[in-house]
Amino acid sequence: MSKQFTTTQEFKEAPKTIRKLRKSKIEKDENFIGFLFVSPMLLGISVIVLFPIIATFILAFADWKFITGIDQLKWIGFENFINLANDEKFIKSVINNAIFILTVPITMICALFLAVIIDKNVYLKSYFKVAFFMPYISSVVAIAVVWQVLFHPSQGPINQVLMTFGIQNPPTWISDPNFALISLMIIHTWISIGFSLIVYIAGLQSIPKELYEAADIDGANSWYKFRNITIPLISPTSFFLLITGIIASFKAFDLIAVLTQGGPLNSTTMLVWHLYERAFLDLDVGYASAIAVVLFLFVFTITILQWVGQKKWVNY
Amino acid sequence: MRKERKYNIKKVMSTIILFFCSIAFLLPFIWMLSTSLKIEADVFRYPIEWIPSRWNALANYQEVWFGESPFYIYYWNSIKVAVLTTLVSVVVSSLAAYGFSKVKFPAGAWLFIIVLATYMVPPQASLVPQFILFRYLGVFDTHFGLILLGSFSVLGTFMLRQFFIGIHNDFIDAAKIDGAGHWRIFWKIALPIVRPAVATYAILRFIWTWNDYQNPLIFLRTDALYTIQLAMQKFTTINGSFYTLIMAAAVSAILPLLIVFIMGQKHVIDGIALGGVKG
Repeated sequence: MSKQFTTTQEFKEAPKTIRKLRKSKIEKDENFIGFLFVSPMLLGISVIVLFPIIATFILAFADWKFITGIDQLKWIGFENFINLANDEKFIKSVINNAIFILTVPITMICALFLAVIIDKNVYLKSYFKVAFFMPYISSVVAIAVVWQVLFHPSQGPINQVLMTFGIQNPPTWISDPNFALISLMIIHTWISIGFSLIVYIAGLQSIPKELYEAADIDGANSWYKFRNITIPLISPTSFFLLITGIIASFKAFDLIAVLTQGGPLNSTTMLVWHLYERAFLDLDVGYASAIAVVLFLFVFTITILQWVGQKKWVNY
Repeated sequence: MRKERKYNIKKVMSTIILFFCSIAFLLPFIWMLSTSLKIEADVFRYPIEWIPSRWNALANYQEVWFGESPFYIYYWNSIKVAVLTTLVSVVVSSLAAYGFSKVKFPAGAWLFIIVLATYMVPPQASLVPQFILFRYLGVFDTHFGLILLGSFSVLGTFMLRQFFIGIHNDFIDAAKIDGAGHWRIFWKIALPIVRPAVATYAILRFIWTWNDYQNPLIFLRTDALYTIQLAMQKFTTINGSFYTLIMAAAVSAILPLLIVFIMGQKHVIDGIALGGVKG
């Protein structure tokens, strides 16, 4: 490459053969440099995610306790999955996960309500943003411990307040099988509202003001505007929050691990907790991998639904 | 004029209502803080004493920080892991983001799809093989292993790539004509332009790593290596019903994050709003 081009114009005007040669050299260089830039990421992803997930799918068909050597590994086909179908705790986990999804719409409704007020009609906007967002950035372990004491059956502040309002036998919350899951859901909602709120506020700001002004001229009331302008135009944000919320709800682990360990009486066991127990307390690699495959398939299906649904249900 | 005033009254009203809502979000924190300053006997006093009548703050915090399981060790561990993870993750993600947006190479497009596809994998689904692999590689029960787990973020790559795409190609081409290679363009031109985005991502990554409980729980065994979240859990188990101590520990676990958050408040909130990102 003897000839140097100083501008793109000159480069374009150069004879075709030189250009071609030069182009292929550049392409080759770009290819190499491109790989160089992305290779740390690719390498990391391969070791941390790709290889393990493939291994999960393979190990799901094996019977292997981790403490025994690799030579003890037996291939058992679909037996793990058949056992899953008869595993009461697993079924309970799936049901609990399904119930836990209810926190997503509840969080979204609260967050949208708050966001609409904060966006338009309020002083101290940034105070509110920070206040509602605090639970989200705080450590789940610390928060869980605080709520554990707040929910204390006989002496906790929550029940003491309930008792002064005349409720004789308030629920014992986390230690009551009928209330433990609800308690976790309350805490989870409390944690996630801040995130949805921030995303909703951003979404609201992208709705053109003219629409509201036009509705004002037509004499529309606030509810009408909310119902017919805000809701449809915020739907892409809602859809995003719904999907990410559901995926996050499948990953719920910290609260369970700190507060209930799946109990009492399996009332708060969920997929990831069950997986953790089987993998790291029972060291049952094969069975835990089968649970992991089911978890993967759930999340995968939701992600696909997202791709398909985005075009269908969202009003732009 | 009248309309203006009416509007303001409405605004004051909704501010008051919202303020009461926000109390529900702050009260647990206030209760935590106030309990950490009390003596044990006053914890469950009713009506709640928001400002302690009998103070025991010094002794409580001293026990947490320099007692039987001293928090300063775990603090150091957490700072080390969070800072290094953030650093490595920012470097890896911004390199990859630049490669996927500003270097035109044919393999780039489908490599990017592979990277994005791994985002669909819930982290827990690959946990068991990760655990086995890490034991095999000898990085199990080390901070190195923990840092490794948090350093390759698809989210960070995706987020920064969006910003690199926003840089006009004329900048890049002009620099190329001046003889700059991609490395120099990345370092001297592209990275400075997207610095706000890098800051946002770095703060978020720091918060997520600091708060991570699951990975340390599974990948650490040695007490001396525990991060603050594990220490918090252990402290709760040991001190069962000493709620003042537990609350002092909780305050200590949350405080640095609060500082990072308040310092980078705009970055964090803008970042969340922008990409609607989630850890």
